[in-house]
Amino acid sequence: MKSFDGKVAFLDRSDINTDEIIPARYLTEITKEALKPFLMEDLNMEGFHPASSFAGASVVVSRANFGCGSSREHAPWAFEVNGIYLVIAESFARIFRQNMFNCGMMAVELPKEDIDVLFSRFSGKETFVSVDLEKGLFVFKAGEDTLEIGFSVSEFDKSLVKAGGWVDFADKNY
Amino acid sequence: MGKTITEKIFDAHRVDNPAGDIQVIRLDAVFCHEITTPVAINDLVARGKDRVFDPSKIKAVIDHVTPAKDSKTAEQGKIIRDWARRHGIKDFFDIGRNGVCHALFPEKGFVRPGYTVIMGDSHTCTHGAFGAFAAGVGTTDLEVGILKGVCAFKAPRTLKVEVTGSLPAGVYAKDVILALIGELGVNGATNKVIEFTGPVIESMSMESRMTLCNMAIEAGGTCGVCYPDAVTVDYLWPFIEKDYPSKEAALADYSQWISDADAEYDGTMTLDVSGLSPMMTFGYKPDQVKPVSEMEGTPVDQVYIGSCTNGRIEDLRVAAAVLKGGRIADTVRGVVSPATPEVYRMALAEGIIQIFMDAGFCVTNPTCGACLGMSNGVLAEGEVCAATTNRNFNGRMGKGGMVHLMSPATAAATALTGKISNSLLYTGKEASA
Repeated sequence: MKSFDGKVAFLDRSDINTDEIIPARYLTEITKEALKPFLMEDLNMEGFHPASSFAGASVVVSRANFGCGSSREHAPWAFEVNGIYLVIAESFARIFRQNMFNCGMMAVELPKEDIDVLFSRFSGKETFVSVDLEKGLFVFKAGEDTLEIGFSVSEFDKSLVKAGGWVDFADKNY
Repeated sequence: MGKTITEKIFDAHRVDNPAGDIQVIRLDAVFCHEITTPVAINDLVARGKDRVFDPSKIKAVIDHVTPAKDSKTAEQGKIIRDWARRHGIKDFFDIGRNGVCHALFPEKGFVRPGYTVIMGDSHTCTHGAFGAFAAGVGTTDLEVGILKGVCAFKAPRTLKVEVTGSLPAGVYAKDVILALIGELGVNGATNKVIEFTGPVIESMSMESRMTLCNMAIEAGGTCGVCYPDAVTVDYLWPFIEKDYPSKEAALADYSQWISDADAEYDGTMTLDVSGLSPMMTFGYKPDQVKPVSEMEGTPVDQVYIGSCTNGRIEDLRVAAAVLKGGRIADTVRGVVSPATPEVYRMALAEGIIQIFMDAGFCVTNPTCGACLGMSNGVLAEGEVCAATTNRNFNGRMGKGGMVHLMSPATAAATALTGKISNSLLYTGKEASA
């Protein structure tokens, strides 16, 4: 199972789509590793620069409808090869969310109020989160400021995370 | 309590209910193309699981970049081609026989009412037009589909959209779905199936129904779906005539795939299209929609007619009716991609290709290429394209480019003037569809 603890990068916009996460021109790559330099290359957002905004980050916090658009699993892979295994958002597009769990990563929804609090209290500060999957608890920390937020992941999704993905699970069971 | 068509399809295909509302269903078809499948193939090989659950239920095509534009795309084609050969996948469509997957596979009769279909492509929702459950999935789900013929979904919920009134002249399925996405928003149907019903849908061709269902994903929908009816039977008849003694018998069988009157919905809405005018997108999200009349005069650099949304024969006929005898503006590049070889052949036979060429369009082979900025019509930074495609994300057709989504009629009129134009103003007549 992957470790989900780490530094948080904040993306303060709804509807971040798969073309922004990894543009189609890179879909000719047939290895995940080759996607590494291109994560979020086309995301036009004030103050966002892929290299510096994601430096050292392993968690992304964003707004509603994250990962909308294409079915490309290249989007989760582009995160994975950059060491980002967890996206926390107000909501996700169905396929992106499923792809994350299918790869043994996590896409966790939090209520809008919690997301608002995360942005207002932690955005712009060096923030870390620790993740307890069993208890369903995030602990966000920036300097002295600490915030605990509960979350839930279904038993099925949890089993995918623990199994490291869906392929072996399905081959064994069906 | 009654059931929706999607619930009935799930009931007939459920093989497991591993946890909560997760349902594992048996698949009637797994569709594959050369962008998302090679990685799945490589992973199966690496895991020592290079198997397919049933080669007759797997259909594969090279469509996104064809002919190959460089060594990387050539390698993608080679991986899927070699795989199809070694597993005896007979329905593999290579160059010369290939076309845009969501136009080609229906045309071959691969989708039937009541079917379950997945593909590593978000516009797989198109096939719901046949009364099927068809969903786009990622590479891992595709891989499991190839290996085991199953896929896991959350229990489906349905948003019912009744389309009433009658379509005015010059207004098409594309305008209806753009207006609907404008109302729903880009996540208005997330985790839901959009069920299209009502008199306007009943009077639509299969091509128009596919245009509608194709863009369900742009509102976040898992699938679009229409009830199978006599139009569906007529379309499928060449493929099913051996299975049924008559069209009436086929229709009677297919009627099991219709929602019950007392089915429970997650939401219902009515869209009266009698007053609808041609619609288009103006921003970087498919729900940023305006009447074409409010955007008229905006200059464009390229007009693209094609894709799994609007590259079928009906679409080319509509565009050709607008273009006939005219010439596109000097300031604009016109690109048309008939979606399949069969569409291309029909367009040739009907003189439509001639009309496009006389008007100054470049006619390409069937491919998805330009729609997602991979080949055959990529935009330069700052350029604007009027397109009959389905996605207007920033950079979709090329880094720094702007895409305006619209119907083939509007795109054709726009090509003539080089500026966003209402087709009715340039033809003064109803384009025959």
